[in-house]
Order: sequence, then C-alpha cells, then structure tokens
Amino acid sequence: MAQKITIEPVTRVEGHGKVTIHLDDNHQVTESRLHIVEFRGFERFVCGRPFWEAPVLVQRLCGICPVSHHLAAAKAMDMLVGAGDGNGLTPVAEKMRRLMHYGQIFQSHVLHFFHLASPDLLFGMDADPERRNVIGVILEHPDLAKQAVLMRKYGQEIIAATAGKKIHGTGAVPGGINKNLSLEDRDAFLNGINGNPDLSADKMIEWSEAALALLLDYHSSHTDFLDGFATFPSNHLSLVRPDGALDLYHGVIRAVDPEGKRIVNDVDSRDYLDVVEEEVRSWSYMKFPYIKKLGPKEGWYRVGPLARLNVCDFIPSPKAQAAFEQFRAYTKGKPNHMSMHYHWARLIETLHAAEMMKELLLDPDLQGTNLVTKGERCGEGIGLLEAPRGTLFHHYRVNEQDLITMCNLIVSTTNNNEPMNRAVNAAAVAQMTGKAEITEPMMNAVEVAIRAYDPCLSCATHAMGQMPLEVTLYDAAGAVVDQQRKGM
Amino acid sequence: MSETIATASETITLTIDGQEIQAKAGQTILQAAQKNGIYIPTLCALHATKENGLKTDIAPGTCRICTVKVNGRTMAACTTPVAQDFIVENDTEELNDLRKTIVELLFVEGNHFCPSCEKSGSCDLQALAYRYQMLSPRFRYAFSSREVNAESPKLLFDRNRCILCRRCVLAITTEDGKQLFGFTKRGDKSGIIMDEELVKNISEEQAQQAMHICPVGAIIRKEKGFDTPFGQRKYDHNPIGSETVCTTCNGEKS
Repeated sequence: MAQKITIEPVTRVEGHGKVTIHLDDNHQVTESRLHIVEFRGFERFVCGRPFWEAPVLVQRLCGICPVSHHLAAAKAMDMLVGAGDGNGLTPVAEKMRRLMHYGQIFQSHVLHFFHLASPDLLFGMDADPERRNVIGVILEHPDLAKQAVLMRKYGQEIIAATAGKKIHGTGAVPGGINKNLSLEDRDAFLNGINGNPDLSADKMIEWSEAALALLLDYHSSHTDFLDGFATFPSNHLSLVRPDGALDLYHGVIRAVDPEGKRIVNDVDSRDYLDVVEEEVRSWSYMKFPYIKKLGPKEGWYRVGPLARLNVCDFIPSPKAQAAFEQFRAYTKGKPNHMSMHYHWARLIETLHAAEMMKELLLDPDLQGTNLVTKGERCGEGIGLLEAPRGTLFHHYRVNEQDLITMCNLIVSTTNNNEPMNRAVNAAAVAQMTGKAEITEPMMNAVEVAIRAYDPCLSCATHAMGQMPLEVTLYDAAGAVVDQQRKGM
Repeated sequence: MSETIATASETITLTIDGQEIQAKAGQTILQAAQKNGIYIPTLCALHATKENGLKTDIAPGTCRICTVKVNGRTMAACTTPVAQDFIVENDTEELNDLRKTIVELLFVEGNHFCPSCEKSGSCDLQALAYRYQMLSPRFRYAFSSREVNAESPKLLFDRNRCILCRRCVLAITTEDGKQLFGFTKRGDKSGIIMDEELVKNISEEQAQQAMHICPVGAIIRKEKGFDTPFGQRKYDHNPIGSETVCTTCNGEKS
C-alpha cells in the first residue's frame, strides 16, 4: 500500500518546515519534499516605505541572523545614496559593519553547532529524544555547554556594541554607520567582558579551535557516517574577495561545478540577475534558485559554509587557513559534497570569525569619527553578503519621493532549497526504503540531513520546548493510518 | 460682596494628589504641575523650550491623556486653569488606567510599527505605553488604511503614525503666521494635511523642528533615519515622566 509520511514541523531548525515522504506499494521512497509552510511577505510590505527604514524593517525577517539582513539592506542603500556598492564607505564604517557581521557569524554558528546539531553528534541520531537535546548537552557535557553559552554571548555583545542592540539594532545606516566603537568596549572585548577572561577575544579563538578539534575527533570515529550521510554532487556558489579570499561581508559572485570548474567567474554582485534565476513550485512558498545559464535542472547549487570553502581559494586568517588546508586536502582539492561536512566548514568559519573579530578590535580605525559617506543618488540598490547560512541577496528600487517601489530578497536558505530537498530524499531513501513503520530515529535522520544546512526556514525563531512534532502516515487513498505526536 | 478678578501675579493654592502647591492665576493645571515637579502625561500639550523652538506653550486639548479629576470631575489638565483650593487627583489607579486605555486606543486606531520607526526610543506614545505597561491592547486593531505623503523634498508625513494631536498645526508656521499643517474632515475621517507649496519651501530648521515637536514618528526629516544610536535616544535612560520641569526656563515661562 502506498504511503505518505509527514514530518511537521521539522525540529531544531529556525522556523517551521514540513517533510513529506511518499512510499509506493513496495515501500520504496518515490518522492521526498521539504515544504516551507510559512509565508512572510516582506518583499511586498516594504514597498511604500522610505528607503532608510529598510535596513531596520527587513531584519525582522529573522531573530537569529538579523544582522545579515540589516547589513545586506544597508549595502543596497549605500548604492542608493551614492556611497558605492560596499566599497565606498569610510574605514570606520566598513570595519564597524564587518565587526558586527563577524559577531553575527560567530554567534550564529555557535548556536547552530552546539545548541541544534551537537545533540545528534554527541548522543547519536537514534538516541532517546529526551536526552538528545540541548538540555541533554548541558547535563552530560556541562563544560562544553558553558563554552557554547559564553561564545554565543560574546558574539551577541559584539553585535550590541556595534549595532546598538543584540537583536534588531540600527547600527548600519545608508552610507555608513551611526556610531564607532568606544575604547572601553574595545578593551572589554580584548581583555574580557566585565573583567571575565572567559569572555575575551583570545578565549574565543581558543574555544573555536577546541570545537573544531572536537568535530575532527568525532569524524575520526564516525567517518562513514559523516562522509556518506546525504552526500551528493552539486554546484557551489558564494561571494569571494576579488583575490579569491573568503570574505563574508563583500565580494564578487563565484560558483564552481561538482568537479571544481568555475561556472560563474567572479561576477560583480550588482549583476546578480545575470547569474541567478528563481523557479516557483506549487507545493512550497520557497522558490528554487538556479544558475541562469545552466537552467533549473542543472543549475541548482549549494550555499553556506560548505559552499564557501569549496569556492574560495584561501582564508585570510592564519589558524582558519591551516584548518582550511586540511579540509581541502581531505577531498584532494576538489569540491566537498558531503552534507555533514557543513559542520566541519562551519567550525572553520567560526574560528575565522573569532580571528577576524580580534584583528578588527586591534584596528584603531574603529575609533574613527567619519561615519557616513554620501554621493549622487540613484534609484536602485543591490546588496549581497555571506550570511551564516549562505549568500544573501537584497535588491530594491526607490522612487523620486524616497519610497521603495520594488524589493527582491533571495535569502540564504532559499538558495539551499533544492539541495535540502535532495538531502531529505537521500536520508529518506537510506532510512525508510522497505520500512512500513515510522520510528523516531528514522524521522530524526531526515531532520539531521536538513539540520546540516542550518536552515532558517522562514527566518523565524522559537523557544525551546515549544516546537511540537507531528508525523502522519497516510494510505494510498489519503486516509490517515498512523499518527504520532510529541510536544503537543 | 464684590467679586475679585485674579491677576497674573496672584498666587493660587491648590493640591495635586494631596500635595499643596502654589500656582499663578492663568496657569493651567498642567503648567502648575510642571512647575512644581509633578508629572501629568501629555501627547498634545507642549511646554515651550529652546529645544523645541516654541515661543509659548501649546495646549490643543486633543489627546486627553492629561485627564485629571478636579474636585471629583474629570477635566483636561492642559486646558483647565487653576483656581483657588482646587483638589486635583492625578496619579491614581483609575486615572492611570484611563490613560492606558487612551494609549491603547491610539495604538489600535493607527498603524504603529515601532520596530522600524525612526522615533522609536524618542516617541512619547511608545514611552507612555511603557509607562502604563501596555503589553497588548484590549481592543481590536482597526488596520486603518493610511497614506504616506512623501511629496515634500525635506519631510515625510506618515499618516499611519499620526495621532491627530494638532501640535504641528499650532507650532509650525511661516514667519508671517501661515500654518503649514491643518486639519481636514471630521470624526474618524479626520486627518492632517500639508500645504504642499509652503512645506516644499520649509527651512532646514523648521523641518527639524517639525520632526522634533511631533510626539510620534508621523513627521520625519527625510533621509535622517536612525542617525541617533540606541543608548542615546530620549527615553533610553530615563522613562517619560522622570523629568517634569523645563531645564531652560525652570517652568517659569508660562
């Protein structure tokens, strides 16, 4: 009897998602889909608002990475007010924004790895779900949990010092920034917030290295799982600095094919519409982007930490560069297609962010007073950056009265839509083929595949303990034959 | 018996919340309270200061947030002159709940999306919502259809946030006394309109003044969003009502 399995919502990810898995009469997986069931409509309701509100308004898309939306919109507004396309700001403005962004990357990656993903790795994805959660990590690995909390706090405090608030600040304004970094804040971040040496720049680097070592140790004992789970070839896309360096704040668009051949060769981010298109499918609110010249069937790509490390030539910070060389050597310089290696790449970026924060804190430009640049106004602005979860596109048009008339946002998780669906299918095929009964570990395996991408499904946030899960088994006629719930 | 007419120099004694205070004849209850360091909330009435550029206090009496009880009757403190032996109730549970109700009504009647508003942190309405601990309004949102007027080169007028306080109508005029803003229509159709020609030629100082005197974010100086960081905004350190006496004139102006 054909069946349809529904996992709704997907847990330990940001936002609401649903998975449906279709089995045929022989219990073979015929189709798997990740549905994004929330509809936010930001692209429409920012229209009619004055352009200087956009960086503050659109960041409400997300409570985890609002800084990314804030900065991408601000970069678009830089173009509008004639302050260049991300490279025309004063040194203090650009470096304050970069510090804000690295604080964001750091806290988000730490949140994902320790709070969302680590329970699967530390306890196994088939462990008792009552143990396999962040509380389990706190109870059984208290030192690790404490590190995670303090690391995230450090990133959040960096954001507060640069953006004004930990969540939904207003630091970036069209053409620059509205404050510099006080010497008091700088010294606190370098030496330890509130005199606590556990909240210092050096400690963040040390703990980032320890987190990476933890994962590599896990990899050595779970090589088959991490290398083989939900692995498939794909294109990879990200921004890179014009010299090929990893750059999370600004750069040109580069993409490589599964063999590592350049298929998008360092295109100006303002020409993103020449590079990507989006396909709409009837069963999801989330679009499916693809590289235009390859078409939707061949042109889908991955973004995020794994893609970034597959695309860039080097990382401009020494410790992360050393880790990057090890990462690239593992696949002999070829693109890494192992979905679970997103975690590896993410922790390398965490280390890079920690190094960059220290480097920026030591830069006296952050105490500069020339905060804003403006030039000749134009009617269109495009801002791209590398958010924690991948490349983020913001595009606006503004009329002569300063009101927004068009907005197009391609958020990071949207870029990963097709790969996440493929990862779901790969996990479902491996776990559910020939099985008639739903088990919790089987469902969690599917979620593990999704979680690797750290998706922000609708850029929404939820408190722990308020994320119910419902799984429904349908017969071929669509009738419910089995249903299990938890947390409801 | 002959009736005496109070003169401006005459001192009047009244009590507010049991505190005996002195006031001058001709002062309103609000002015008398301000001079004596007693907080009565306002959204429409505004005390003239060097900072807001007003030459005299304004008291349109439109918002009624300053409602007090005078000898047991509810009155607007900003429009009621003091009189001898007035017994004024101000900071009472009943009146504060009434004020909270007015704040809630203003929130549901307009479209106040504080998170993206430039005035957030400096907004009197938002500050009063915090003061009266408004978590969510007890009334249904009206989702009124409001327009944004961005025709002026210097000012943006966002009707979504306008609370019809009438401050701009009274305070912003040309040198020869022409009003730049005015009321139009009646009842729930009431709105503020701008004299397009006059507003087009508004000076930089007047544009800043218009934004400053607006108690909410309805009048915004174009392209001036979010220049003031969090932590440096009007109510970031001290909530509304914590300072009641004008620092430039010590409440003596009126």
